[in-house]
Amino acid sequence: MSENGKPRVAFFDFACCEGCQLTVVDSLQTHLDLLDAVDIVEFREAISDQSDDYLVAFIEGSCTRESDEARLKKIRERAAVVVALGACAHTAGLNALKNLHPLEDVREWVYGDKADWYDTYAARPISAVIEVDAVIPGCPIDREEFVSVVKALLMGKTPPVPDYPVCVECKLKENVCLLLEGKPCMGPVARAGCDAICPTYGDGCEGCRGLIPHPNDNAMKDVLEEAGLTVDQVMSRMTMFNTYPLQEKEAVAGEEVK
Amino acid sequence: MSEVNVNINVHHVTRVEGHGDIVVDVKNGEIKKCQFEVVEAPRFFEAFVRGRPYYELSHITSRICGICSVGHATASLRATENALGVELSEQTVLLRKLIFHGEIIDSHVLHTYYLVAPDLLGVNSVIPLIETHRPVVERALRIKKLSGDLCAMIGGRHTHPCAMAVGGFTHLPTEAELREMKGRLEAAREDMVATIALFATLPWPEFERETEYVSLKKDEEYAFIDGTITSTDGFSYPIDEYRKVTNEWCVPFSTAKWTKHNRESYMVGALARFNNNFDQLHPKAKEAAAKLGMKPICTNTFLNTAAQAVEMVHSVEDSIEIIDQLLTRGIKSEKPPEVNLNGGGEGVGSCDVPRGILFHNYVYDENGICTQANCIIPTNQNWANVNADMKAYLPQILDKPEDEIRLHLEMLVRAYDPCISCSTHLLNVTFV
Repeated sequence: MSENGKPRVAFFDFACCEGCQLTVVDSLQTHLDLLDAVDIVEFREAISDQSDDYLVAFIEGSCTRESDEARLKKIRERAAVVVALGACAHTAGLNALKNLHPLEDVREWVYGDKADWYDTYAARPISAVIEVDAVIPGCPIDREEFVSVVKALLMGKTPPVPDYPVCVECKLKENVCLLLEGKPCMGPVARAGCDAICPTYGDGCEGCRGLIPHPNDNAMKDVLEEAGLTVDQVMSRMTMFNTYPLQEKEAVAGEEVK
Repeated sequence: MSEVNVNINVHHVTRVEGHGDIVVDVKNGEIKKCQFEVVEAPRFFEAFVRGRPYYELSHITSRICGICSVGHATASLRATENALGVELSEQTVLLRKLIFHGEIIDSHVLHTYYLVAPDLLGVNSVIPLIETHRPVVERALRIKKLSGDLCAMIGGRHTHPCAMAVGGFTHLPTEAELREMKGRLEAAREDMVATIALFATLPWPEFERETEYVSLKKDEEYAFIDGTITSTDGFSYPIDEYRKVTNEWCVPFSTAKWTKHNRESYMVGALARFNNNFDQLHPKAKEAAAKLGMKPICTNTFLNTAAQAVEMVHSVEDSIEIIDQLLTRGIKSEKPPEVNLNGGGEGVGSCDVPRGILFHNYVYDENGICTQANCIIPTNQNWANVNADMKAYLPQILDKPEDEIRLHLEMLVRAYDPCISCSTHLLNVTFV
């Protein structure tokens, strides 16, 4: 706590686009009073102050290199509450697309014969390195959800994350199902909470908030095949934001078979 | 001067997007080292978009940057459309321009008000200004909300727009929404006047260093989307020949690549556009420039931020005119056209996004699967110029206390509005 009795809050980022932190900044347009409730002591994108003393740490971005781990662990030691902010921190998001290629190939493709200058390993969510107390899913996060998570944390509660699929929200919005138009959509298995924004604007769900618990993969594949989509199209959509969870699941299944 | 010793190591410059360090070492008045080092973790977009279908590319690459995701989406779509021979309707062109203006305003208000104004008002961030300059902060929040809402009206949301697709939009704004937005833009004129008045009174550091300024150019309008590549050194290239300008190379202290063209460095961004395209600015934006004491060719890097303020005025005025055109034509319920893959192909897309000229270049196979990709980001193109500016500026401020030198160098870097996370999503140099 600060001397003024407000909880000290800090923001950090790893491999990401900083769009989620930008959404935090944008939440001030409608919730400037947030600054009456918390003290922001570090937020490199927006302020020059820095601090080692904070109660809540919001972390955006994936862990993509060994040197990130020490920084993450230091933040974990200092913060009572760690919140994964957005898809990159939550599921490794798009960053994990590089995990589908051999790492050497990826480095050489980008940096050519200078590949050895640059340190990188398979992208992973921050929960692969440190314990995480709460998540705000999405790419980007939803502004209102961020505000309600802050409120919940201030009241000492763990903010709830919906565990039903995007289809539920999409139906409530009375959208025409995009699968009927043959568009790839992750709605049946993707975690809701975004108010089905992508299907509402005519783009199939990308699954950026991760998968629901126990998704019925086989039924999902059937639904997509019925929509006339090829296996490649289905896998492409499945892996866009969920490469890391899917690869982990395969690894676990592989262990069980052994 | 000979006894001057300065040792500065700014670990992670603040109020910029991404991670970079300033390192200065001066011994006995001699500059041993003065450079900006990019330490951001690379994300390897160009490598991992290979194997993805053409309709996913703009959605993936918009995630390169949370601030200019509309710009990345637009450049990406133009590259794909050029590769696959997709034609755009007049309505699509107008809506793309409109959402692009939304992003220009959004990004510029963030940089001018939230990131730079605190330096000029002598504070560490925008937060203390809520107490001391509340009307200024409220104005900034109001402009930011307007521009975000403008983008959301067309794209569904500003950061990573949903509705922008190859050949068009998967969702269209209604005429009622457009009319309401026009009213809000007209009301924002007052905020634009106040913005220019504010920035005209702020103490911009004095620093002149002439360099080459590179941007897009069009005869008929102030170029943001498509056009030809133009430089103040008199060069002009079609966008397909972008590599003649960018000439990328790796430096060991930076995860971002550097570029050079005619000289050791060049500059891109609002100041470059202002210098190349002043004639095409809206008359009200020209008036704003006069109030800020700016005319082309302006060689004070710090005034890149002032050029952004001028562009905000331009974008507000041009948005109003575009909405008028859309309302006169009436919104037609068009869907993006069916894409004929035509055996695949290669295409380059270019936009002048808030931070400068951006290139996306893709190759697609006969199934519309991306096989090669290259994205060249504005901030990358500025790194060599940032370092040249730092080396030229440091001797001018070497008599100041170390803290002040540090602050001024940070301000110089910040003037470029660098987007470091963008700049580390680099490219493949050899195309086969």
